[in-house]
Amino acid sequence: MRHTFVALVEDKPGVLNRVVSVFRRRNFNIESLTVGHTHQVGISRITIVVDSDQTEVERIMPYMYKLINVLQVEDLTHTARVSRDLAMVKVNATTENRSAIMQFAEVFRARIVDVGNDSLIIEITGDEEKVNGFVDVLRPYGIIEMVRTGIIAMERGTSTLLNNMAETQNIELPIEYKMASGN
Amino acid sequence: MADGYARACGKVGVALATSGPGATNLITGIVTAQMDSSPIVCITGQVASPLIGFDAFQETDVTGITLPITKHNYLISKVEDIAPTIREAFFIASSGRPGPVLIDITKDAQQAEIEWEYDDRPVHISGYRPDFSPLPADLCRAVEMIQSAQRPVILAGHGILISGAMQEVLEFAERTQTPVASTLLGLSGFPGNHPLSLGMMGMHGEAWVNQTIQNADLLLAFGMRFDDRVTGKTSTFAPNAKKIHIEIDPSEINKNIAVDIALVGDLKETLQKILPNVQPANHAEWLATIEAWKGDSSVRNIQNLPDNGHLYAAHVINDLWRYTNGESLVVSDVGQNQMWTAQYYRHDKPNTAITSGGLGTMGFGLPAAIGAKFARPEMEVWAIAGDGGFQMTQAELSTAAQEGIKINLAILNNGYLGMVRQWQEFFYDRRYSATPMKSPDFVKIAEAHGLTGIRVTRRDEVADAICKARETPGSVVIDFQVEKEDSVYPMVPSNASIDAMIRRPVPQIADR
Repeated sequence: MRHTFVALVEDKPGVLNRVVSVFRRRNFNIESLTVGHTHQVGISRITIVVDSDQTEVERIMPYMYKLINVLQVEDLTHTARVSRDLAMVKVNATTENRSAIMQFAEVFRARIVDVGNDSLIIEITGDEEKVNGFVDVLRPYGIIEMVRTGIIAMERGTSTLLNNMAETQNIELPIEYKMASGN
Repeated sequence: MADGYARACGKVGVALATSGPGATNLITGIVTAQMDSSPIVCITGQVASPLIGFDAFQETDVTGITLPITKHNYLISKVEDIAPTIREAFFIASSGRPGPVLIDITKDAQQAEIEWEYDDRPVHISGYRPDFSPLPADLCRAVEMIQSAQRPVILAGHGILISGAMQEVLEFAERTQTPVASTLLGLSGFPGNHPLSLGMMGMHGEAWVNQTIQNADLLLAFGMRFDDRVTGKTSTFAPNAKKIHIEIDPSEINKNIAVDIALVGDLKETLQKILPNVQPANHAEWLATIEAWKGDSSVRNIQNLPDNGHLYAAHVINDLWRYTNGESLVVSDVGQNQMWTAQYYRHDKPNTAITSGGLGTMGFGLPAAIGAKFARPEMEVWAIAGDGGFQMTQAELSTAAQEGIKINLAILNNGYLGMVRQWQEFFYDRRYSATPMKSPDFVKIAEAHGLTGIRVTRRDEVADAICKARETPGSVVIDFQVEKEDSVYPMVPSNASIDAMIRRPVPQIADR
């Protein structure tokens, strides 16, 4: 079964390497990994999707917490969440079939971001199934290049990783975090 | 050496190495410390920061290499980062579950100068949580489980020594009349001659110890991690026992063995919370059952053989235990010598048994003994090694000579890499591949370093040699030329149930 983890980590050189190394070292196969800045200076957010059974997956969080640079980890697999994946697909497009492709794009609420003589680049955002569905539709036209960001995920409602971190650690958030988050 | 120092006194040991090859030579020592939760800080030199990434002379990605084998590591390229990082490193190495921390410092940072004031505030690292404590509800459940147990056994791990919980464990065991089985690294955490001490469990534990575990209705795992050398086949391990695991590292919970109650926290503090609620218990029947399991073990015990001219390693360790009153600090190497030491040297005082457990690092014994002697100069220190392991780090004899360190080194010389030979005998039709060893003259090697060397070939010479070594100033090497093809018994074959042991055959003893 697929599990979605989100983590807040310190934005320092080598931290991504440390996190990924834990998955490699403990023999977990990463299906998707995204990392980027948060609105907090000095904190990055990682979303990792792994395919593993439940008993094995329960070991992941303690292993991640062993890393000094990992601030907070949550398993969103069984939590109400919003998941998004962004893809850019470059597809063969002739004058004859271009409008058909563009109609499909409209149905999937994808956007045409580049038009060439014989090709289109289409950008689509959505959960993974939607993106997969769109890619399947484009396949007969001849996909010549594709790139996907991987899953990013966020819990629904007011709960945030940063506040959960402060609660579980029983700490006041440092001033700089508060100012940045506007609390 | 830093590791031996840290284990002997509990303080952080420090190892320094230069860039490149110097740093890579630390790797085995770092993993050894990581596997056995030993607090060390390694400081390595790195090429100047503008040269990093250009394959400069002796440039090595040391933080990359040591990333999975350290508790944490740092690459420092600014002089102002050196002092705070070293403070953090010592804090991380010694707190929570201890472990190795490495600091790689570039040449330009080392040579720069800075105005500096000591920061005496407590170290705070936001992503680092070493101070867990168990939930009160779990503590209550644990006490209930302890009260209702009929056949409890304590599995005493290294955590007892690291946490300094010797007194609490003793009190707990005596009050609840619970027998204590030790892991290899847990030895000396509970007095070896105490009536409730069972000795070592696991692959080379005595048969009755493993039987006790297999028949228990409650396992109290104190600061141990259910290593495969302890559990044997996990699916058949202590099948009828409830399990309470007190452990500081949350990632160890349910890792190898699923437990009923996990108390994540410092062992000493946790036991202090449990003890006031634990009522005295009497498990006389259970203890009598265990006593009965000892059965013919004493007949099989090689110690009880009359002197037939053969010199067995067990005799050497047993005599060493007797003539040192069980009070010396013993650092064993890895292999048969390690197991015989664990079986026959019974430690009553804490932190007097040091060995490489998790990694099983041959060559650990001599340098660790030197480090231990530095940590506790008042102690009599013995290193015990095989002929194979000794030769892996024998150059450290020159360190002992150079520093004027007094340790005694007992080499159990059987002309083989004995433990591997034993496996080849048991499981590979005695095909002795790459295990026979031709060693140099160890007495001459000692003498070449200006130290004293003694050779022992007969059982009646053992006591004299031990006494002479103790009286001689300066380090002494004793070459005990022991029985070549003796094996460590009992033995649980790899991935078998821990009560499916290969015992020392009784007829074989009669033959000799």
